Amino acid sequence: MDTRSIVYIALFAALTAALGLVPPISFAGLALPPITAQSLGVMLAGAIAGARRGGLAMLLFVALVAIGLPLLSGGRGGFGIFAGASGGFVVAWPICAAVIGWLVGRAETSPLRLAVAIAIGGILVMYAIGIPWMAVVAKLPLSKAVMIMLAYVPGDLVKVAIAVIVTRGIRRAYPAL
Amino acid sequence: MLDLYRPGTSPLHSLSPGPKILVMMAAGTALFLVESLPLVLGALLLTLALYRLAGLTLGDALVQLRPLAPIFVIFLALQYWLSGPVLAAFVVLRLAALILLASLVTLTTRASDMIDTITRALALLRPLGVNPAKVGLAISLALRFIPVLGQITTDVREAQKTRGLERSVIATALPVAIRTLKMADDIADAIEARGYDPRA
Repeated sequence: MDTRSIVYIALFAALTAALGLVPPISFAGLALPPITAQSLGVMLAGAIAGARRGGLAMLLFVALVAIGLPLLSGGRGGFGIFAGASGGFVVAWPICAAVIGWLVGRAETSPLRLAVAIAIGGILVMYAIGIPWMAVVAKLPLSKAVMIMLAYVPGDLVKVAIAVIVTRGIRRAYPAL
Repeated sequence: MLDLYRPGTSPLHSLSPGPKILVMMAAGTALFLVESLPLVLGALLLTLALYRLAGLTLGDALVQLRPLAPIFVIFLALQYWLSGPVLAAFVVLRLAALILLASLVTLTTRASDMIDTITRALALLRPLGVNPAKVGLAISLALRFIPVLGQITTDVREAQKTRGLERSVIATALPVAIRTLKMADDIADAIEARGYDPRA
C-alpha cells in the first residue's frame, strides 16, 4: 500500500471522528442510537477514498473507538459501545464504506447512480447489520426494531444528498483522486 | 482533545499500556452488562479513587465530563420522563463512569506508548499481511488529523461567515474536504521526501 493511501485512510478515520463533534440528535437517551453526522463520514470514505481505503479507514476508526478513545459522537468510546444498542451500526461501518466504494467505482458516475450506491451501502447495509444487533441487545422483536429505525431514514437521506454533492464537488476539484 | 497525558509517577503511570487498556476494556464491557444502580455507583466511586491514586484531583475528573454536560442533562431528562428517576440516574452514572475510566487511561498513558503497544500487538497479525509499521503510521496520522480538521473547519466557517454563508452545510463541507485532501497529499509527499519506504 502506498503512502498516499495510508494518509487517506488516516484522513477519513479522522474526518469521521471530527464529524462526531457535530452535536447528535438523541431522542431516546441511550435506548436508541442517536442521529449523528458520523455516518456521513462513512459515506464519504467509501465514495471518495474507494472500497479498500474507505473500508480500512472505517476499520481504523472502529479500532480507535474500541481501544477507548472517545471518538464517537457525544464523546462515547471504549469497548462498552459494542454492548450497546448502536454497536451493530458502528461495527457495520467498515463494511458499509467498502460496499459504497465498490458500487461507486472509479468511473465518472451520474448523480443518481452515486446516490443509489451511497444509499445502498450507507442505509441498507448499515441497517441490515445494525437492526438485528439492536433487536438482540434491547430485547426487541425485529419488526419493532425496524419500525424504530424508520425514524432515522429521513436524516440518512439528507446525509446521502450531502455526500453526493460533496463527492461530486471533490471529483471536479480533484479529478486525479 | 487527544494529547491529554498528564506526567506523573503513580502506579497507574508506570503500568504498561497493554494491561491498562485490557483492564479498561473489560471494566467497560462489565459496566454495560450489569444493570444495577449500586454497582454502577460503586464503579464510579472506584474510578474516582483511581484518579486520586494517579495524583489527579476531582477537578481533573470533572473537566473530562464537562464537554458532555449538555448531553448528560438531555439523557437525564429523557430517561426520567421515559422510565423514571432510577434508570435516569443509572444511565447517566454509567456514562460518567465509562468516560472517566477511558479518560483515566488517556491521562496516564502517553499516546506514543499507546500506539507502540498496539503496533506490537499487531505484529501477531503479520502472517495475515498486516504491516504493523504502516498501521502505526495510520494511527498516529489519524490522531494528529482530528484537531487539524477542527481547525480547518473553524477557518472555513469564519471565511464563509463573512460571505453570509454560515448556514450552508455544503459551503462549509466542500472547502473543508478539498483543503483536507490537499493537506493529505502534501503530507504523503512530505513523508516520502523524508525517505519513508512504504514497501519496507
